[in-house]
Amino acid sequence: MKENVVVIGGGVAGMEAARQLLLLGYNPILVEQQDHLGGHVAQWNRLFPDMAPAGDLVRRLWDGITDANIFLETRVTSVNRLKDDYLVMLSNGVSISCRAILIASGFKLFDAARKEEYGYGVYDHVVTNADLESWFNGNESDRIPSAPRSVGFVHCVGSRDLKAGNSQCSKVCCITAVKQAIEMKERFPEARVYCFYMDLRLFGKKYEDFYIRAQQEFGIQFIRGRVSEVGETLDGRLQVKAEDTLSGKPLKVQLDLLVLMAGMSCNPDVAELARMARLDIDSDGFLRSLDNTAGIDVSNRPGIFYAGACTGAKTVPETLGEARSAALDIHRYLQGR
Amino acid sequence: MMDFGFKLSKSATLDLDRADTGRYERLCALEPDARICMNCGSCSATCTAAPFSGMSLRKVILGLQRGQDVRPMLQGCMLCGKCSMVCPRGINTRHLILTLCRIYD
Repeated sequence: MKENVVVIGGGVAGMEAARQLLLLGYNPILVEQQDHLGGHVAQWNRLFPDMAPAGDLVRRLWDGITDANIFLETRVTSVNRLKDDYLVMLSNGVSISCRAILIASGFKLFDAARKEEYGYGVYDHVVTNADLESWFNGNESDRIPSAPRSVGFVHCVGSRDLKAGNSQCSKVCCITAVKQAIEMKERFPEARVYCFYMDLRLFGKKYEDFYIRAQQEFGIQFIRGRVSEVGETLDGRLQVKAEDTLSGKPLKVQLDLLVLMAGMSCNPDVAELARMARLDIDSDGFLRSLDNTAGIDVSNRPGIFYAGACTGAKTVPETLGEARSAALDIHRYLQGR
Repeated sequence: MMDFGFKLSKSATLDLDRADTGRYERLCALEPDARICMNCGSCSATCTAAPFSGMSLRKVILGLQRGQDVRPMLQGCMLCGKCSMVCPRGINTRHLILTLCRIYD
C-alpha cells in the first residue's frame, strides 16, 4: 500500500511535485479547484527565454502523473491534525488520511482595475499581460487593434506597490514585458513599442540577452518612468503620461494599445487554508517559510511543505525546482530522516 | 511688448508623437549599437569634458530618441575616446560621436 501525500493545487508546482512523488513510490492525491491542471501556465502562450510553448510543458507534466489520483473542481474543506496524521476533507466528500501535505496553491494575478489611473476596465485598449497571452493563444479579442501604430507596456502594475498592499517585486514581469514587446513587434513590425519601467530587473539566465535583442533587433524603446495617467483622445486612442526620469521631463505619447504587467499577489484562498492547518502567513500575505534561505519549502507545521508561488513570486523554473526539492523533503520526512 | 506682470511658460513636456527622431534613426542605421545603450551613465561619468561643457553621451543618445537638438552638447566633446573604454555594452562611442557629427553636417 503506497503512502498518501495530499498535494493542494494543480498548477505546474503541484503537477511536478506529484510526478516526483510518484517516482519516489508514493500515492500523490492532487486537488485542484479549477476544471483543468496547469494553473496560470496553462493559459500562457510561450515561456521566456526559449519561447517554448507553455502548452508543451503542461502536457509533459500531465504525462508524468497519469497514475496519480487527481480531483478537479475540488476544494479542501478541512485539515485536522490527529496525532501524527492529518485528516484532509475535500468538497467532493472524500477524506484522506496522510502524514504529509504539499501546498502548491500558487498566486493570484493582481487585479489591474485596482490601479484606476491606468484605466483597465474603462478603456477598451488597455489590457493585461494575461489578456495578451490569451490573444497570442488565438482567442479573438476586439480589444487588440488590428494594426496598432504604437504599443506601450507598463511594468510593475500592482507589484512594488505599498499602497496596493503588494510591496514585493513580482520578478517575472520585466522579462515578460520584454518578451511580449518582442512578440508584438514581430506581429506589427511598423509599430513603435515602448516599455515604461522603474528598474529593469532582468536577473535570470538569458534575460539580459533578451533585453539586448529587444533594443538591437526590434528597436523597442525603454522609458524609465512609471505611467501616471491614461486618458482617451477623441479618436479613441490612449493618451499616456509619465515622467521620463532620465531626461527629468514629463512625457506624453498616444498609443493604440497599452499592456499592463499585472504582478503576482498572494492567493486569497490561502488564508482559509492557513487557518485550518495553522500555518503562518508572512507580512506580504504569502505563506511564511520556516527559513527564506535554506528552507523555503518548509512550513511551521510538521509534515506540511510548500512549493512554488504560494510563498512568493516565482519563475517557472524556480517553481519546478522547488516542487522537486519539496518532494524530496517529503520523502525524507516520511522516511523519518 | 507691454508687461502685464505675468508670462507664459512653454511646456517642458516631451511629446513623443511630435518628436522628430529622424536623426536617431539615421544614426542607428549607420551605428546599430546606438540602440543598445542602457543609459548607465558610465560614458558621462568618465568624460573629461563633461564637468566643464555639459557634454554627456548618455544624454546625447537619449535626446536624439526624444527628437531634441543635441549639437550644443556634442560641441563639448574633445574626442578623447575615454568613454569607449568604459561602456559595458562595448559601444564604440567615439566612432558613434564622429558619425553623429557627420549626420549634423
